Amino acid sequence: MLLEIKDLHAAIDGKEILKGLNLQVNKGEVHAIMGPNGSGKSTLAKVLAGHPSFEVTKGEVLYEGKNLLELEPDERAREGIFLAFQYPVEVPGVSNSQFLRLAYNEKMKHLGEEELDPLEFNDYLTEKAKIVEMDKAFFKRSVNEGFSGGEKKRNEILQMAVLDPKLAVLDETDSGLDIDALRIVAEGVNKLRGADKAIILVTHYQRLLNYIEPDFVHVLAGGKIVKEGGKELALELEEKGYDWVKAAGN
Amino acid sequence: MTLAVKETIYQQDFQAKLENANQPAWLKDLREKAFAYFTENGFPTPKNEEWKYTNIAEISNFKFQISNSKAESQTGELLKEFNFERNGLTALHLAFADFVLVTIPKETSVEKPFEFNFKAAENEANFPHIIVVAEAGSKATIIENYESDAKSFTNSAIQIFVEDNANVTHYRVQKESAEAFHIGTTEITLKRGSFYNSTNINLGGRLSRHDIHLKFTGEGGEAFVDGLYMLSGAQHADTHSTIDHTVPNCTSHQTYKGVLNDRSRGVFNGKVFVRENASGTDAQQSNKNLLLSNDARVDTKPQLEIYNDDVKCAHGATVGQLEEEELFYLLSRGLNESLARNLLTYGFAEEIVNKIGIESIKKELDEAVLNRLQTILEA
Repeated sequence: MLLEIKDLHAAIDGKEILKGLNLQVNKGEVHAIMGPNGSGKSTLAKVLAGHPSFEVTKGEVLYEGKNLLELEPDERAREGIFLAFQYPVEVPGVSNSQFLRLAYNEKMKHLGEEELDPLEFNDYLTEKAKIVEMDKAFFKRSVNEGFSGGEKKRNEILQMAVLDPKLAVLDETDSGLDIDALRIVAEGVNKLRGADKAIILVTHYQRLLNYIEPDFVHVLAGGKIVKEGGKELALELEEKGYDWVKAAGN
Repeated sequence: MTLAVKETIYQQDFQAKLENANQPAWLKDLREKAFAYFTENGFPTPKNEEWKYTNIAEISNFKFQISNSKAESQTGELLKEFNFERNGLTALHLAFADFVLVTIPKETSVEKPFEFNFKAAENEANFPHIIVVAEAGSKATIIENYESDAKSFTNSAIQIFVEDNANVTHYRVQKESAEAFHIGTTEITLKRGSFYNSTNINLGGRLSRHDIHLKFTGEGGEAFVDGLYMLSGAQHADTHSTIDHTVPNCTSHQTYKGVLNDRSRGVFNGKVFVRENASGTDAQQSNKNLLLSNDARVDTKPQLEIYNDDVKCAHGATVGQLEEEELFYLLSRGLNESLARNLLTYGFAEEIVNKIGIESIKKELDEAVLNRLQTILEA
């Protein structure tokens, strides 16, 4: 098992958001976490990545059998966890390629593998950029600065492609994307699926799931998973809305 | 009036300067006036509002050697427009100034930058003065570089006249020794339709102060006055700038950034005047500071004085630490904390460095910024 979450409780500013969440993710699987606003979807994503604003008050998260919660965010990343941000952060003055090479090499160093020099990395990046149809012009631009919403999301998936995570958590990656951008991003994610890795899609709408087909759908409400099923559950939610599952969470 | 000892210590040096035959009578006359102003007013002290945060006692209490250069220095009557009566230091500057005059002829584009490198020797005082006249329709780049290896005193000035439709790019790089004292004055006059783009980098100096006085005297001028100060140890850097919109339809942009570590101290005082006549003015000003240590301090004061309603003006200042969200973003990509902090700080500074259009200078500064960050991290 790649990830096992047991009875997870997490709070921000003393307010409990996750209230006993359980989830199991195996390699090769794609899980969709759906739910209404405020249900704790983004909290789950951030807790997995180790965001310092959230405090885990109870429960356990095992990643490859080890306690994930005792790792710092950067250690988690080097161990193969990747969070695609809902709102990617702008880093002015630092070029995309500089940033990505540093991140890539940190991971390689950690794995005891060979680091790439700027030229080698440029080739590697050029190859990866094809996955999300990103132009080379983006390499030189400051990270996310002045990017459109769609470009930022594509840039997140490019980072995912470069870092090749074992567990990718995509937080509302579909929000702010027009249909063309959505298709590019989703196709990119599909190319990154693999038997040895898993993806958790956090999303409010079923829209993204038309393009990235999940193996499992979990409905989060009131900080807990209240319903689980296959991909057909997403369609049901789309049709009926969240009210019918919300009741179960209360 | 009784003079303090410190204002008379340069008397002999001044006599020697006057005896230099290679100067016209009017220049001697001007020097005498300047020296008289200096002896009468003395060095500025923190009692003067404009010098509130910058105490130059370390300069006034030390007798620097003045090299009496006999070289013929070329100057023009435009020197008379230099306002030496701002304070004792500008007066002292003019009394001892050594001149360089650059004229860019009308409708001429000069590809190769005019580069001036100044290096003060140990315990020496230097007073370089550059006059640039960019004649109508001309285009040029000016580079000022200040360096030193030890305790020294540089008191420099540059006057830049950007005539109708002329275009001047100006880089000023101050990377003096951490023991050095540096005082600089930049005066810019912009005529009709002219363009001026400057980047001022302050990395060195034990104590440094840069005063900028930019004035639009013809309609349709545009100016960028940007800068970066990156300080550590006990460094003190002060930038005082005045941008004066006296005529309609001119645009000014000012972005100054500071990165301060250890016990360093930065001062930014930026005044923008929009005079009664200056309708259609667009003036933007910002000063952002990043404090990397609890003991670092910055005093920032952006000021707008507007006497016309038909204008677009904005100004702002921030003093803070690295943003938590930015830091987390980098950590979540596997960068360790010190590397992430380093990279964000580098990016903050690079926004200004990246403006520099000359690859060799940009690269050198890039390295200087990185070196500075390494020092900060290892400390």
